Order: sequence, then C-alpha cells, then structure tokens
Amino acid sequence: MNRFDYVRAGTVAEAVQAYGTADRARFIAGGTNLVDLMKYDVERPGRLIDITRLPLDAIEDHAGGLRIGALVTNAALAYDARVGERYSLLRDAILAGASAQLRNAASTGGNLLQRTRCYYFYDTATPCNKREPGTGCPAIGGLNRIHAIFGASEACIATHPSDMCVALAALEATVRVSGPAGERMIAFADFHRLPGSTPEKDTNLEPGEIVVSVDLPETGYARNYTYLKLRDRLSYAFALVSVAAGLELDGDRVKTARLALGGVAHKPWRNREAEALLQGKPATRETFQAAADLVVAEAKPQSENGFKVELARRAIVRGLEQAAAGTPQSITDKRIQ
Amino acid sequence: MRLESASPVAADAKIGIRLTINGEVRDIQVAPWTTLLDLLRERLDLTGTKKGCDHGQCGACTVLVDGTRVNACLILAVMKDGAEITTVEGLGGLANGGAGSNGLHPIQAAFVEHDAFQCGYCTPGQLCSSVGMLNEGHARTRDEIREAMSGNLCRCGAYTNIVDAIEDVLQGEAR
Repeated sequence: MNRFDYVRAGTVAEAVQAYGTADRARFIAGGTNLVDLMKYDVERPGRLIDITRLPLDAIEDHAGGLRIGALVTNAALAYDARVGERYSLLRDAILAGASAQLRNAASTGGNLLQRTRCYYFYDTATPCNKREPGTGCPAIGGLNRIHAIFGASEACIATHPSDMCVALAALEATVRVSGPAGERMIAFADFHRLPGSTPEKDTNLEPGEIVVSVDLPETGYARNYTYLKLRDRLSYAFALVSVAAGLELDGDRVKTARLALGGVAHKPWRNREAEALLQGKPATRETFQAAADLVVAEAKPQSENGFKVELARRAIVRGLEQAAAGTPQSITDKRIQ
Repeated sequence: MRLESASPVAADAKIGIRLTINGEVRDIQVAPWTTLLDLLRERLDLTGTKKGCDHGQCGACTVLVDGTRVNACLILAVMKDGAEITTVEGLGGLANGGAGSNGLHPIQAAFVEHDAFQCGYCTPGQLCSSVGMLNEGHARTRDEIREAMSGNLCRCGAYTNIVDAIEDVLQGEAR
C-alpha cells in the first residue's frame, strides 16, 4: 500500500473541502473495495478522507419513499423492516451479493462507487484503459468470459459488479450528491456511465462530489418482483447475468414493467423499449420471450462470453415469470423454480 | 499524535487511537495504512486471527468490531478509533456465564464436539463469523446457515461439521 495522508471529516462540508486541497484524494467509508484496490496498487491515493463519522447513516421516510443515508451498511439496509416490506427486490439483490462480513462493512454510497472486477483492471502488469487511459484493453480478444455484452466500447468491455445497483436501477432510485458546487440530484440511470472513449470515468460524479443519500420512490414492486442471479457458484460470487424485475399487474395484464440486468454492461442495463413492449400485454411466457428477444437483439458478445446472450435471454424470461407469479427467487435455496 | 477532526495528518505521522481489544483498553500509535489485521498480528501479538488471502475473499481474518463480524484485512485500524474488537482469543471471555469450565465459548465447544476442522487455519475466522452470525439472528435453517457462512472458506472441506456445530448452538439457544 502506498503512503497517504489521512483526514477524518466530521461534516460533509469538511469532507468536500479536504478533497479540494489534496492530490489524488479519495473518500473512504466501508473500504471493502478501496482498501483492496490499494493493496494491488490499482488505487494510490495521496489523501484518504475518512467519512465514516459523517451523519449519513439513517434510513428515513421521505416523499412517500425512503431516503437511505450514504453510510448505511448493505446489511443494515437489507434487514431494515421497511425495505423488507416495500422494497424486497432491493433486499434480495443486496443479500445475493458479497458475504455477510462484507455487507456488514460496505456502505450504500460505496456500493455505487465500487470498481469493476475485470482481471486486467486489477493486474497492474497489464495495460488497461480504465486504470491507465490510452494503454489499451487486453480483455478484448483476451480472457473475457465475465465481460460485457451490452454497451461496451473499443476502449473497455468491463462490467459493473454490483447487485444492489441493479435493483436500484429497476426501482428508479435517485442519487443525492453534495460537492464544491452544492447539492444536486442524479437519476439512477444517469449516475453510472458507459465506457465510450473515457472508461476511466465510472460515474458522472464531479471531482469532490460525495454521495449523500440514495432516495427510493414510492413504488417498490413488492408484490411482483424477483432478483435472479446466475453465477459460477451459488454463493459469494459475482453475477454472470442477473435480472431485477418488477411488475405491476392489472388482472392478467402487465400494467407497468421494470427490468434491469447486471453482469452484462458497464452499468446496470435497462432497455426501455422492452419495458414498453411489456406494457398492456398479457403476462405470459410468449410476452416475456418477446421482451427478452428485444433486449438481447442488441447484444455484442466477446470471444469468450457468447454464452451470456442466451443466458440473459432465458434469465429475463424466467425472471419475468417469477415476478408475474409472485414467486421471487429464493436467496437461500438457490434452486431456480 | 491525537487527531484533530478535518485536519490532515501527514503521511509520515503516526496517529493515536484507542481500541478495546478483548475487554482490554489499548492506546496505540498507528500509521494510517495499517490494517486492523496487521495491527492485531504484527503489533499486538494476537496471532489467532489469520491472514489468508488478505483481500476479503476467504474470511480467515474475521473478527467482531462492536459485535459485528467483518474482514479485518480490509479495515484500516485508524478508522476504528474507539471501537471494541473481539478476536478468537477473546471469544471465551465474551460468553460471560456461558463459557464452559474450560473457558470456551459455546461455539468453540461445539466445534470441538463436532470435529469442525482439519488443519485449523480457517477456524478462528469460522468461530468469529459464527458468533457474528448468531448476533445477527437472521439464520435459522441449515440452508440459511450455509448461506450466512459463505464468506468463510475452508480448504479442508470441513463445512458439513461446521454447519453441524453451528446448528447445535442455534438449537441450544432456541431451547
């Protein structure tokens, strides 16, 4: 680990100010990703700003929904009674990710800001456009079984590793941030970026901006939802493909649909056309297959991850079936019904 | 030096922190890049906590911070100023009246009873993780125990007996 100076901030303003005066500053909360990356020399901060004492650890009722403080741990969020009752999709996505120890430490804001687990990004002996812009992307044509099939670029084919963010995308959460220019709200779909020609930028946060809260809207799709996560082993592994689905049904018909995919793109992947296609249609396998076909029509697999296209297609159909039937994927009994 | 809020501490300085470790208050000077795991093992001679992967993937370094199980390898000690830390060395003391005549925490006694280890390297982490899991109170069934313990790897493959041991203690608590 490189040497860095350390600031313990007591308020958001102090944290933002400490960022502004330092070279290569980083905010640290749970540290579960940042400390790991520092051990690999992928992150070499000049200053760490400890934000764990900031008063951002509450979950509050807000505008008909919930306001989740950025420092609420993944575990505290998943086991909050209101989340369990109204946003069980979010609960299940969180509990599908990482381990209990990591969820006890990892923060809400940090989950949004975690970096890709691309092997080349982690390996400082190889080039990587995300780690060192302009050096190239060895994942293209290399070991890319875990990489993106949607929205990638010639510069980067990394995926965003979060499960929680897939649910937050489906729920259309809002990210409240604070920075040198004050406070602003960012729609969840606009928070993370596609790689394009600047894969070093994961998000649309400006330098010195800090996530203050994640706000959930009123509708939680608690009746008809699922988080279906497919991975190489049944626990404690990143998604190859995951599906967050939320439906509002009107009798046998779909009134509104939310569908987000994880493990397949640089950000949680949504396809508004597929969601629109579902609207007003009978909640049947045929309808779900049509939506899935529409989503995967855009897929551009790499040399080793072609299997993800069919896996995604089938996972979408199964996820929508689980949601429609009100039988969400169990997070302990991993059998897929 | 003691830390003033929001004033940067230069990279070459050590910072004074206070931790309560297994019931004992310790005032310690640490460099900010010292992990809690390295502090315990290299400075305080508490080598029961093991370094496996050092990247939060194996669970061998699991300790309790304020009663919550976490990976000590991914925590900077300076950030836990004021916290209570329990390592495997302190589990017996944690059990209060519950510790047996041999000073073991009930989960330790159950691991012995069920032969829940072979080489023993992952065991301190398994034990602390089990106690953390019991504190959390979410796991009840065998499937739930397995899922809740998935952050602790055992390369000898003693999983079946580990789950047996935990189940035993859980059922004892329920009785």
